[in-house]
Amino acid sequence: MSYIQVENLMKEYGKGEAAFMAVKGMSFEIQQGEFVAIVGESGSGKSTLLSMMGALNTPTKGRYVVDDMDIYSLSLDQRAKFRMAFLGFIFQSFHLIPYLTVKENVMLPLAIAKIKNREKSDMARDALMHVGLSGKEDRLPSEISGGEQERVAIARAVVNNPTILLADEPTGNLDTRTSREIIGLFHALNGEGITILMVTHNAEFSREAQRTLCVSDGLIREQEPLQKIVEYPFGLMTGVEPYPVENVAVQ
Amino acid sequence: MRLFDISLANLKRRKAKASFILIGLLVGVTAVVAFMSLVDTLTRDINHKLEKYGANIMILPKTENLSLTYGGMAVGGISFEMREILQEDLGRIKGIENAANVAAVGPMVLGSIKVADRNVLLAGVDFQVAYILRPWWKIKGKSPGEDGILLGAEASCILGLGQGDTFSANGRELMVTGVLEPTGSQDDQIIFAPLKTAQEVLGKEGRISMAEVAALCAACPIDDMVAQISGVLPDAKVMAIRQVVKGRMETLGHFNKFAYGLSLLVMLVGGLVVLVTMMGSVRERTSEFGIFMAIGFRRRHVIRMVLFEAAVISAIAGVVGYFMGLGATKLTIPFFTESVDVGLAFDPVLALGVFLAAVFLGLISSAYPAIMAGNLDPNEALRSL
Repeated sequence: MSYIQVENLMKEYGKGEAAFMAVKGMSFEIQQGEFVAIVGESGSGKSTLLSMMGALNTPTKGRYVVDDMDIYSLSLDQRAKFRMAFLGFIFQSFHLIPYLTVKENVMLPLAIAKIKNREKSDMARDALMHVGLSGKEDRLPSEISGGEQERVAIARAVVNNPTILLADEPTGNLDTRTSREIIGLFHALNGEGITILMVTHNAEFSREAQRTLCVSDGLIREQEPLQKIVEYPFGLMTGVEPYPVENVAVQ
Repeated sequence: MRLFDISLANLKRRKAKASFILIGLLVGVTAVVAFMSLVDTLTRDINHKLEKYGANIMILPKTENLSLTYGGMAVGGISFEMREILQEDLGRIKGIENAANVAAVGPMVLGSIKVADRNVLLAGVDFQVAYILRPWWKIKGKSPGEDGILLGAEASCILGLGQGDTFSANGRELMVTGVLEPTGSQDDQIIFAPLKTAQEVLGKEGRISMAEVAALCAACPIDDMVAQISGVLPDAKVMAIRQVVKGRMETLGHFNKFAYGLSLLVMLVGGLVVLVTMMGSVRERTSEFGIFMAIGFRRRHVIRMVLFEAAVISAIAGVVGYFMGLGATKLTIPFFTESVDVGLAFDPVLALGVFLAAVFLGLISSAYPAIMAGNLDPNEALRSL
């Protein structure tokens, strides 16, 4: 049995004439320790899918099972516990808490854990060391670069040793060099056994994943390596390096 | 790093908002403390004055009164059937149950005499007892003997009489042996003579106009004593001086009620300031709460964080407001009493009460915004990023 199972997941927003089906029935499975990229144009439903997989957005229909747990049959409190125990989130704009220091931001998920402060502090320091930010513990987010903020967000996401890392456009606000460093970090974390789901527009970085889910119009179109996918007409997919136009413009 | 630390860090960051909430609560707490300590200080002032006053029970002749009203309007009243108290009757006071608590009984006869074409009040007193009942008297000169008199400061001034001067009253030659230093009371306008001399001058031998009783009163049952004296002197009206100041105390009581009402109103406004500001703060921090929830915070954690913040600000308001209230009382007290020795003491009960009330108000006012924050849909909250 797969570690993550998504079965006919649907999400409808609005009611009546204004109703809009963002996810129209997606099904796929992910094995533990996989690195999966989710690609698709804006409005295709990939962020909605990620929020549902983050137990943040109740689907209109379908099942989402992690480690044999049917997540949407859990209460809101149990879902929060699930997020705490299983998930690490990385948001596109980092979303660090501006009034907390780098170390405090990393310690945030541990704030409600029943462990000693000293232990929390050690865990945060380890996580920061892991992402190469030792020595910047006491700075505020406004006092570090964008790449460093992304690293803080990653450290925060992994500080409580989650089994799944959900990343929404993690390189969206970063330059090429920093983006590559972040993807390198993802590989390192994946090597440690963390299952990674990364939503991206970036074709180059999606190729770094072991598998790619292509989302279009609320449906999973393909579950293949990107080399093949780029031949489909996802006009909004852009690479860091220019795409071979002849490949993209197959249609 | 605990939830409390996050709340504290937020307060430090949003100083302006926190200050606004603090000021809202401070105004309320300061007003409450100021009103309550003012009432308390004025009450203590009255009690202090009462304690300073030697006599605490008055014995007056019983009279029948008729209130006159015209068209529903009270226009005063007339007294009739005035009974007399005989000096020898006062001896019965020694027989009451609480006689041991009676420190002194001071009979007094009052009447008008003509001195230098002016009507002046002559009071006959037992000087030995009078000095006990009026410990604040200071005499320039000597205590009077049989034909001597003591002049009130104002009477001395008006009559142009001083120590050693003599005058005639109802055919009897009297000599001024001393003059009282100003007391600020009616004593300043009276001529004091020995009781017997005054009774003879006024033609009221054996009779008295009133009597003052000093009871040892730390814990003596003053109301019981009033009842006991009334029992042995049926023709007299006996009352504790506390009853005399009852009117003033009632006025103070009304002010107290008004103060409580006003305090409640000010606290209500303070609570509204907290509510509105906290609501704004929660709305402003929607995305932040979304992040907290995405990383596993539960509803109760978010609620607790908001309430922590409210509790911290309220606690500061409770402590600072108490001392500001005391300061305000100190500034306003001269407008209410002329006593210069009115002390303004730290009242731990009021301080604790105000502290708890401030924290309670802060928490109650923040409850709705806190619940609102806890009920945020994490997905919607993250969308606001």
